[in-house]
Amino acid sequence: MPLDSATTAQQRADARTGQDEREVAGLDALELGPQRLVEPNGFAVWGKRLWDASWPKALALVLVLGAWQAVVWSEWKPEFVFPGPDKVLPVLLGEVTTPRFWEAMQVTMQRALSGFALAVVVGVLVGVAVSRIKPLRAAIGSLITGLQTMPSIVWFPFAMLLYGITESAIMFVIILGAAPSIANGLVSGIDYVSPNLLRVGQVVGLRGIARYRYLIVPAALPTFVAGLKQGWAFAWRSLMAGELLVIIDQQNSIGWALSQARTMNNSERLLSYILIVLIIGIVIDIFFSYADKSIRKRWGIST
Amino acid sequence: MTPVPKDAAAPASPTGTADPPAVRIHDLVKVFGRGKHTLTALDGLSLEVGKGEFVSVLGASGCGKSTLLSLVAGLDAPTAGTVTVGGHRVSMMFQEAALFPWLTVGSNIELPMKVRKVARAERRRRVEELLALVRLSGFSGRLPHQLSGGMRQRVALARALAQDADVLLMDEPFGALDAMTRDILHDELERIWRERDLTVLFVTHNVREAVRLGDRVVLLSSRPGRIIEEFPVVEERPRRIDSVEVAARAASITDRLRAEVARHAA
Ligand SMILES: Nc1ncnc2c1ncn2[C@@H]1O[C@H](COP(=O)(O)OP(=O)(O)OP(=O)(O)O)[C@@H](O)[C@H]1O
Ligand SMILES: [Mg+2]
Repeated sequence: MPLDSATTAQQRADARTGQDEREVAGLDALELGPQRLVEPNGFAVWGKRLWDASWPKALALVLVLGAWQAVVWSEWKPEFVFPGPDKVLPVLLGEVTTPRFWEAMQVTMQRALSGFALAVVVGVLVGVAVSRIKPLRAAIGSLITGLQTMPSIVWFPFAMLLYGITESAIMFVIILGAAPSIANGLVSGIDYVSPNLLRVGQVVGLRGIARYRYLIVPAALPTFVAGLKQGWAFAWRSLMAGELLVIIDQQNSIGWALSQARTMNNSERLLSYILIVLIIGIVIDIFFSYADKSIRKRWGIST
Repeated sequence: MTPVPKDAAAPASPTGTADPPAVRIHDLVKVFGRGKHTLTALDGLSLEVGKGEFVSVLGASGCGKSTLLSLVAGLDAPTAGTVTVGGHRVSMMFQEAALFPWLTVGSNIELPMKVRKVARAERRRRVEELLALVRLSGFSGRLPHQLSGGMRQRVALARALAQDADVLLMDEPFGALDAMTRDILHDELERIWRERDLTVLFVTHNVREAVRLGDRVVLLSSRPGRIIEEFPVVEERPRRIDSVEVAARAASITDRLRAEVARHAA
């Protein structure tokens, strides 16, 4: 074992207590058990991780398609209202090769990402303020949790009153939807930093900014990422509701395409876009789960 | 093997010189809480630890040992009395290793030096040196959760030493380890204490451990904690925890400790 040779070389050099040292190395080697020091080829690992993360989703997709086809075969609704995957999937494939789709996609993702980014900024600022300032915590700590339970669609009438039919109205609702979860994740992350680690920080001499940089922020990271993930889910829902309700100058977007398909009674397109929304959600969830898992692995929270 | 009363015990400085004590604790009082719900953890505890001395502190659970160490480390403020460490740098090791799980072993040890703005090359060199000292060379890139409990405690020791402290406070650092690992760590601690000329205040539940390591064993009363007796340990080093001499001295201290616990329970 490469790990052993490093210690034994040093042991031979030190002849005085050589006996004891060999004992230690022997014990340590046992305690560690067989463990590879050199990770196998990066690509292979990455590919395997991707596969591990994606096969359950692929299976889910197959189950959904199967159930869907079964309902169609049961002739619950006429086929022009509720077409099967055999009708919808070709339309979906055709749709994703049109520039119109990519334009819609771009608009929607841009809104999603900038809205989410703003929500992160607001959430972090509020979270830091609440966790640092005692009276503020007493005052709005529970308010944040309350906000989290609000269905974000409730905010749209008010947002439209404030901003009219504009991007800002959509952003407003995304932020209100996502920021509370993000702030909450940060606050509880900071709250539950282990007191043992805090004491070590004190002994080691961590103060002020350094205390945040080397201790509080990394210690709060797992909970914060969980908050981000939840915040994203709220942001995405708010955005979809927003694009259906707040239609700006016939601006092309995923939500717009959905409502267009409905007004034209085009079931195939409508279902295609529902699938697209589902797929985007799943892809982003994979990303967050991956981040979550690698953090947990490094922290040794789970193996 | 008669216990020496507190007042008669001269600080057993191994160097034998008249150095001023490294740690001077005078009439220390710590009261937790306010109003009706107060709890006196320490009540008038005085203790001097000579430079380079190894003092073991023994006492029943809840008698205020951890409180004493936090006060000496400056993690908490005393209600009354003083702690003087006369320009010495103090570091502390806890019962749990409490390594930062997101940092590698090397970075954990490096952190105290980073805080003190030690140059990077110097830090790297010192980390290697400390890893060798605690016999973990080659483990620098490991993460804490990949180590065994005993190895984690050794990393925590290296981190404590990285603070360049000459006074080391240890709060039951080996309490959670099996007897064999603990035995090995006793040897290593003794070696490092010698090599680095450290002053150690070592808290434990374990009477034999106290005798195995200490120049002096200080016995605390049940809460509120104060010193009821001191026992100099004159046996030759290196001692073995299972030797007859250590066992005999431990037995006499255990009797005294038992009497104290019984008195308190009655
Ligand atoms: N922050 C605190 N607030 C209130 N009471 C405390 C606090 N810290 C300690 N105490 C009390 O002070 C007493 C002494 O506690 P301490 O932790 O020093 O005991 P100990 O001797 O280290 O015990 P053990 O051997 O079990 O670790 C205990 O009764 C404990 O309940
Ligand atoms: Mg304690």
